[in-house]
Amino acid sequence: MDFVNAIILLLNYIFIPALTYGSQLALGAIFVTLIYGILRFANFATGDMMSFGTMMTILFTWYFQSLGVSLGVLPTALLAIPFGIIFMILYMLLIDKFVFKYYRHQKSPPVQFAMVSIGVMFVTQAVVRIIIGPGDRRFFDGEKFIIKAREFKEMTGLNEGLAIKSTQVLTIFVTIVLVSLLFWFLNKTKTGKSMKAYSDNEDLALLSGIDPKKIVLVTWVIAGILATIGGALYGLDKSFKPFTYFNNMLPIFAAAIVGGIGNPFGAFLGGYVIAFSEILLTYAYKKFFMYVLPESMEPDSLVQLLSTDYKFAVSFSILVIVLIYRPSGIFKGKVL
Amino acid sequence: MVGIFQSWNIALSIFNLCLISAVMTMGANIQWGYAGLINFGIMGYTALGGLAAVLISVDPVQEAWRAGGFDIIMSLWLIVVMVLVIRFILKRFEKSKIRTYSIAAIIISGILLIRFSAEPGIEAIEAVDPAKTGFLGGFGLPIIFSWIVGALFAGGLAFIVGKVALGLRADYLAIATLLISEIVIAIIKHEDWLTRGVKNVIGLKRPAPYEVDLQTTDWFIKLVEKFNSGKLSLIENLADRQAALNQLVIEGSSVFVKLCYSGLFLVVVIILLILTQKALYSPWGRMMRAIRDNEEAANAMGKNVVKQHLLIFILGSAIVGIAGAMLVTQDGLFTPGSYRPMRYTFLIWVMVIVGGSGNNFGAILGGFVVWFLWIEAAPISLFLINFFTAGIPETNALKAHLIESVPYFRFLMMGLGLLFIMRYRPKGILPEKIEIK
Repeated sequence: MDFVNAIILLLNYIFIPALTYGSQLALGAIFVTLIYGILRFANFATGDMMSFGTMMTILFTWYFQSLGVSLGVLPTALLAIPFGIIFMILYMLLIDKFVFKYYRHQKSPPVQFAMVSIGVMFVTQAVVRIIIGPGDRRFFDGEKFIIKAREFKEMTGLNEGLAIKSTQVLTIFVTIVLVSLLFWFLNKTKTGKSMKAYSDNEDLALLSGIDPKKIVLVTWVIAGILATIGGALYGLDKSFKPFTYFNNMLPIFAAAIVGGIGNPFGAFLGGYVIAFSEILLTYAYKKFFMYVLPESMEPDSLVQLLSTDYKFAVSFSILVIVLIYRPSGIFKGKVL
Repeated sequence: MVGIFQSWNIALSIFNLCLISAVMTMGANIQWGYAGLINFGIMGYTALGGLAAVLISVDPVQEAWRAGGFDIIMSLWLIVVMVLVIRFILKRFEKSKIRTYSIAAIIISGILLIRFSAEPGIEAIEAVDPAKTGFLGGFGLPIIFSWIVGALFAGGLAFIVGKVALGLRADYLAIATLLISEIVIAIIKHEDWLTRGVKNVIGLKRPAPYEVDLQTTDWFIKLVEKFNSGKLSLIENLADRQAALNQLVIEGSSVFVKLCYSGLFLVVVIILLILTQKALYSPWGRMMRAIRDNEEAANAMGKNVVKQHLLIFILGSAIVGIAGAMLVTQDGLFTPGSYRPMRYTFLIWVMVIVGGSGNNFGAILGGFVVWFLWIEAAPISLFLINFFTAGIPETNALKAHLIESVPYFRFLMMGLGLLFIMRYRPKGILPEKIEIK
């Protein structure tokens, strides 16, 4: 029984949160990787673009709530996400037209693109803060838990409870659906294949009659979908705060690079690698060992490898190690 | 200008921060403008400079040393031993899988060992009067020394980072340095025994006199009296005149202190400006530009590109470290929680790009202009909003909302400024001027 308790404990505190967090990171990382692979720059405005999409979703959620529309047990935000996506895509295309297009035609080096994206980052941050303010927003409604810890204990008679939040299930489910759709699109459709070709070798792709304008447009559309959904899911699960979104940019970058930049599948797995290592290394295992080991061997300390304060530092250290020993990432992206 | 509109006090504090920003910008400009190295870790070096200011100027906390000093020193020894062992292995054995794994094993076991050996010491130190100290304190030296030590700290970190990351392509170097600086901040924030962490260190020593002391010194009162003799003689009543004088002395003292700082900072800026200008026009500066513009050609000419990159990375970071120590010196407090990448990394980069990369005067100008706008953005945009919405009544929701969010217009201003400069004047306000003879 103790053994089952230990497993439930790990499930509750490590596996499910890490899976949720990893999914959120993975969506962002695919966004970064797509922009990198096709438009060829590191987008420093990633986090703020996600917060813009989330903000739009929140505004529509409020609008629907004021109309009295709701989805019952599901959060109203699900209804608002498509509208958020539309505005996100429009915003991205607007920025692309007025900012990035010029540098693309100039064939500027990637560093210049990165600098420009910092300008976009400042502007987006200002726009988000001016429209919705810098404060913490919660926009979740509907049923909060699928299984509550207490109910689970009563059901199974175990000591450890297992709580599953509906947002966690929602996040994982939506991520799986979205990512499989994306891979189907990239690998099976003509547009997806031409995107891959463009990413591999631009000149060759142009020679074989691929329309670069269409590729760029489709990339921004996909990026908009990923950014909005990733941001909204994170906001539903935790809460929406522009500053947190800006900070999330860093683990997202880490995930994209660890997985191999320019490689969407690598970015997808990279998100989970980062999330799991962050949570595994900073979790206090005392209770786990109390269940597994006999009483005489119970540890006194918390058995925590690193204090939770170093959560971000863990993912960055992994990134630094990967950059040194395997600069192309775990799944062979572009060689840096 | 601000001096006339708001007050001399505010004007001087903006001016001081402009000077500090100018120093940071010069550091970043050396790396980006001279050598084309991108460093998004400015925040980390600034914080290390600040840490130096704390470690140098704070008096040592004797009790804490007695409580846990031994453990800490032992851990330091362990780290030194670990590094030496790794160096030894790297030198003696051929590159192989076994070597890599054994090094990894040494590092992991070393970290675990240090954690277990230092734990009681750290706990003991943090338990010593946690409301006031709870850390080891510093060396109790004048805070001015910390400017040099800050440069050393930042240079040391830059050496490690440079060794690790300089081989990466430009945009990856940017990300790597950004993340490393986040790690540095995380360590400073959470290693309370060294830095007091988020509990902040306040009341650092000053290189300038204190306002309270000035207000009671005779020569200072006489000086203020002399400056304002015209104004004072207009007041007939003796008691009133005395009260007015007192008020002036209080105001004057804080202005005087700020002037002292300005003087000190100005000296640093001028020294750095002379040095960097000399370096820019020296054969070394020419070599750096050659490396920047064509790495392979410079390499073929027999220049050691890797070594020069590392050198310039260290130099630039050291200058940023000086700025970090200056910043803490002027504030008199060290708040690790306030180091945010927006303020200390990206804003500095805006300064470099706007001012003109590769041009030291451009860097200083960028520091001044951008910092001034950053501070004055809120009043300016408030004015603009009021101007454009003059016809709309005060109660209008949109107007109220806009006025409420006035502080965030500074981001908009910076972003648009950066985008416009990048588009229409990609070399900055003062472009790089190199005469080819």
